[in-house]
Amino acid sequence: MALLDVKDLTISFGGVTAIADLHFEVPESQVYAVIGPNGAGKTTLFNMLSGIYKPNEGSIRFQGKEIVGRRPHQVAKMGVSRTFQNLQMFFNMSVLDNVKVGCHLRTHSHLWSAALRLPNILKEERQSQAWAREALIFCGLEAYIDQPADALPYGVLKRVEIARALAAQPKLLLMDEPAAGLNDTETVEMRELIRRISKTGISVLLVEHNMGLVMQVSDRILVIDYGSRLAEGLPEEIQNNPKVIEAYLGGEVQYAV
Amino acid sequence: MKRLSGFYLLAIAVAALPFIFPDNYFVTVVGVSAGLHAILAVSLNLLMGYAGQISLGHAAFFGMGAYTSAILTTRYGWNPWPTILVGAAFTGVVAYLVARPILKLKGHYLAMATLGLGIIVHIVIVQMGWLTGGPDGLGSIPSLSIFGWEVDSDERWYIVIGTLLMLVVWLALNIIDSRSGRALRGLHGSEVAAEMMGIDTAATKTGVFVLAALIASVAGSIFAHQQAFVSPDSFSFFFSIELVTMVVLGGMASTYGAVLGAIILTFLPELLVVFEDYEVMIFGGILMGMMIFLPQGLFIGLQELLRKLTRPKKTPATPVAEKKESSHGAA
Repeated sequence: MALLDVKDLTISFGGVTAIADLHFEVPESQVYAVIGPNGAGKTTLFNMLSGIYKPNEGSIRFQGKEIVGRRPHQVAKMGVSRTFQNLQMFFNMSVLDNVKVGCHLRTHSHLWSAALRLPNILKEERQSQAWAREALIFCGLEAYIDQPADALPYGVLKRVEIARALAAQPKLLLMDEPAAGLNDTETVEMRELIRRISKTGISVLLVEHNMGLVMQVSDRILVIDYGSRLAEGLPEEIQNNPKVIEAYLGGEVQYAV
Repeated sequence: MKRLSGFYLLAIAVAALPFIFPDNYFVTVVGVSAGLHAILAVSLNLLMGYAGQISLGHAAFFGMGAYTSAILTTRYGWNPWPTILVGAAFTGVVAYLVARPILKLKGHYLAMATLGLGIIVHIVIVQMGWLTGGPDGLGSIPSLSIFGWEVDSDERWYIVIGTLLMLVVWLALNIIDSRSGRALRGLHGSEVAAEMMGIDTAATKTGVFVLAALIASVAGSIFAHQQAFVSPDSFSFFFSIELVTMVVLGGMASTYGAVLGAIILTFLPELLVVFEDYEVMIFGGILMGMMIFLPQGLFIGLQELLRKLTRPKKTPATPVAEKKESSHGAA
């Protein structure tokens, strides 16, 4: 059974169909990339996978359980975590606290017990602290642990978002353009980080425009264009697929005026 | 315990003041009023400063607690203590019922809805004269008695309200530095990211809204017993605005800032009395000046000033990273 099984997925916004009849399967412990030209519907797809949008039709099954109809925090509880194309940092908190929020699902104290600082809170705080540090170190961020989030460069914040998502110990990590806005060195670091994440057994669903990165890290690739499935397969199959080349470079017909 | 060092300092200050200035009007009368305001500001700050949900109707919950205690003790002859609990329970239920629909709104719309709530409660208090005494209010509310220790003097009220303030500050500090506190700050920072980290943002907002209302209600009950008299004027829209001003002035997302804002906004009018006709003008001018020169609020502004004064040569211009750090302190 595939980890993620998407069938007949369709969503439209005011008559404009953003995703039409899309289907694909993400196998366990793989890096699965979704590519396509700008506006192809990749982020819309991510928003449906994480419960932010509700599709008009179709199903999204994660480990056999339906995601459609659940709210994002319920999807997160199933073991799906994500990063965002436009950073969604908690800029009002330190790096460590940002990542400690990622431990939310692994801890259980309530407002009332926290208010009275019952003994379990101290233990939980130590635990979250350790988990958050672990995630930060895994992402190579030990130098930034105690910094406030709003004082850090973009490339670092991209990795803090990943650390925060990893602190939740997801089974599936959705990464929305992790290399966007990164320089060459940072992109190489990002590639290594994605590989390291994959090695821990976490499946990665990746949306990315940097084709070099996609081809290097992905096990399989899905190409969508205008919300529909254009092609799917191994990186080398995708690279040589005429339909994909046409979608990216523009078809001959379009230019042969 | 570094986390609570500010708390201990504040506790020592609250305890020492009546000894340093015995029989002082500003300590036992204005101070008591500042203490109640501080309790309200700290509770509102949990909702507004930390969770980022503005409320222009916080006085409504303060009023519900005050009137529940006033009505039950004067009209039905209850002992004051259970009325505090009944008031809190009543206010909590009302807050819970309005929280879900109201907190779906954001920004200006949330401000409008909470404003509406405050106005409705005010109108209900004025109109239900048979129960609330209407615009004339309710008088002869009995004072509190703690195991036979009658809270019957300004000094004793100072002790009660000072203790309650420290309790509320302690609760607030505990919450902020916990899983729930991070959930609050997270939904302020990015609601969608908070949801994706597994935080039920709707439930979290409801929780903090109810908590803030409960604290305000208890403060209201205490206020009623301390004043021995309540009237709708104390719970108007203007008081809600004043509470918001205290939080903003002191520094959003800082518990100590909220306390400081409450103290300043309570004392300033008292001190400006000497200017007579120009009092309100000068008051407004000072507020504007503070917001222009210390936009992050007084507490953080003063912290930075202190830092600059204590080590002026080492770092002439405070580095950005360090400067911003203070705004994220656990306080």
